[in-house]
Amino acid sequence: MGTEPRFHALLHSIEATEAGLESAGYIANRQTATAVYLAHHLRKPILVEGPAGVGKTELAKSAAAWLELPLVRMQCYEGLDESKALYEWKYGKQLLYTQILKDRLGAALGEEPGLDAALERLHGFGDLFFSERFLEPRPLLRALREPEGAVLLIDEVDKADQEFEAFLLEILADYQVSVPEIGTVRAAVPPLVVLTSNSTRDLGDALKRRCLHLHIGLPGAKLEGRILAARVPGIEAGLRRQVLRFVQELRGLDLRKLPSVSETLDWARTLVLLHARELDPELVRGTLNVLLKFEADIEAAEARLGDLLHAARREADLRPAAQ
Amino acid sequence: MNPPLLDFVRAARSAGLRASPAESIDAARAVEVVGLADRSLLRDTLSLVLAKTVDEKALLESCFDRFFSREGFAAPAPETPTRASEQPTGGDGLGEGAGGGGLAAMLRDGDRAGLAAAMEGAAAEAGLSDIAVFTQVNLFTRRILERMGLEALEREIARLGDTPAGEGLRRRREWLRGEVRSFARQNLRLFAEGEAERQRERRLAATRLSAIDRRDRERMRVLVRAMARRLAVQYGRRRWRSRRGQLDARRTIRRNMAWGGLPFLPVWKRRRVEKPRLVVLCDVSGSVAAVAEFLLLFLHSLNEALSGLRSFAFSGDVVEVSAILGRQPIERAIPEIMDLVGFGSSNYGNALAAFEQGWMPVLDRRTTVIVLGDGRGNRADPRVDVLGRIANRAKQVIWLNPEVRTLWGTGDSDMHRYAPHCRVAATCATLGQLERIVAGLLRDGGG
Repeated sequence: MGTEPRFHALLHSIEATEAGLESAGYIANRQTATAVYLAHHLRKPILVEGPAGVGKTELAKSAAAWLELPLVRMQCYEGLDESKALYEWKYGKQLLYTQILKDRLGAALGEEPGLDAALERLHGFGDLFFSERFLEPRPLLRALREPEGAVLLIDEVDKADQEFEAFLLEILADYQVSVPEIGTVRAAVPPLVVLTSNSTRDLGDALKRRCLHLHIGLPGAKLEGRILAARVPGIEAGLRRQVLRFVQELRGLDLRKLPSVSETLDWARTLVLLHARELDPELVRGTLNVLLKFEADIEAAEARLGDLLHAARREADLRPAAQ
Repeated sequence: MNPPLLDFVRAARSAGLRASPAESIDAARAVEVVGLADRSLLRDTLSLVLAKTVDEKALLESCFDRFFSREGFAAPAPETPTRASEQPTGGDGLGEGAGGGGLAAMLRDGDRAGLAAAMEGAAAEAGLSDIAVFTQVNLFTRRILERMGLEALEREIARLGDTPAGEGLRRRREWLRGEVRSFARQNLRLFAEGEAERQRERRLAATRLSAIDRRDRERMRVLVRAMARRLAVQYGRRRWRSRRGQLDARRTIRRNMAWGGLPFLPVWKRRRVEKPRLVVLCDVSGSVAAVAEFLLLFLHSLNEALSGLRSFAFSGDVVEVSAILGRQPIERAIPEIMDLVGFGSSNYGNALAAFEQGWMPVLDRRTTVIVLGDGRGNRADPRVDVLGRIANRAKQVIWLNPEVRTLWGTGDSDMHRYAPHCRVAATCATLGQLERIVAGLLRDGGG
């Protein structure tokens, strides 16, 4: 790779990466920024694991927005295969064209005296129907062919079958892929690849070995506060502190599904929409289903609502002028 | 690749990380990119490249901290009261010989950085990172000291004799010896402890369950849970097995819509691999109790890979123990079960008959019955006919016997009578055997 891609200059240091992601609305901790920085400089994919809703997918989107690269997204599911991930022939178009060109073909071949000669002539047209214009590129091939590079998001790779994982290895190692009828397609600029996984199953060692492994957990109060401020700018400082403290306390309970960052953001947006100034029991009880997704969890939280609210309010009272 | 990084990868492996050579090359490349100046950045980087699970990340971080805090000479050097009068003799010492004088001078000046550097160098020469067992600590201490120039130092001390300067140097030599020894010990912890631990675990997995020491039990439980966890992750998902040769017409048409319905890609019918539904009958009489504990622990840790599990314990009579096991951790549940039925002399005939009386409707054609017992009914009627009826009603019976096969049918053992009704009758005396049997069960979905 002789020339560096256009976005190379943006990724000149880890601090720049952190600031860049922040400018795209993604508040990253140092480790996440390091991962993105290294992914570019080592040309390795990032495998992001962590609970649902901590911003795994968002990381790829924000990186694409910041670097002004197209985001190519591939959602994985059981039964995903090559023809849906890499390329497919536009069968309908091929069929249509042969029908339309039938007469012309007949005329072109009709002049030939024998069958052999006609076949020879047909060869002369080249692989007419298996050429670029009949190729339907799927996400992986699209990402490789982006001239300026791309951010390739392979979402929830743990949902795909194990065979598909093996198929990914070639692409992730060399950023190239071979299409039998056309030849090898090699990325002019290697895409920045982000794979996400919710750990519903253990990924293969071979795949993990080729990736930088980033684990994003539930954020601490400080980081979450910054995320909240960046993502829900309309929220008042007092309410924001209460929301933060309430959610942090809630995560201390023994729940089936702990509220994640995305739930915090949803809740904060809900509260802003309801023109709430501060948390009160009635309001919280009415909107708790935004934070918690299981009936049993909601019941458990409601039982402790008094304590949680008390802690949240005290937090806000203690530091009214802190920010 | 720079040697400290190589050493760190080895230490990390010893701590239980599975870092391949390819990954350590990646680590070296990554370190080239980020540099060595910022320690927390270095830790983040290594964690990104080398550790591939959350557990591994925690392991790596603690190993990293240990690795970089093992610099020696943390304890202050003993003060020499006659420091001023020492200086001229120090000059003499330096004139004597370069190597030995160097060490003596460093000791006299309390040059910790110099001493630490000399020790690191000597340790690398002596191959300290190959240390494997604790008995080698003294050996390596001596080798390192020799390479640092102990001999010249000894000569210097001998020359100074009983002067205060000689006394001070002698005290500092002892201090040096202590520091080097603790350095060697830290390296042992770093490079060898993990390997020793894994060897112990391998040995435990092959030891007879009934012969396991009380103090190893806790470790065994951890081991069993880890095994179960691994199997549960592997088999916890819904699985399909294709039956090649039987065309699935509906899905073939759907799959080939793009080709105008011409079946380019045939889709075969497939069968769902069902999660096993288990009923476990455990003999908890004295002879089998130890194995029963681990079997129950294993099965109850499997949870998500099973579609149902009911456990029964018997020695003379049968009781259902699923509730007791579900309520509390196994460590406390087992004694409670033992109080209930345990440690009597077993009577298989009675137990089977009681099970037929009380719980036969539990069985259906999807249930696998696992019986754990040595089949020694103290010469009571074995009631083989009941087992036959159980085998007919259930999908299959698997009999696990802690005794080796050659003992089956000897003395009061009725095992040879029970065996014909079982789809599998196997010896299950060690954790390794137990794992193999359960893994087989999960793979086939109970048949």
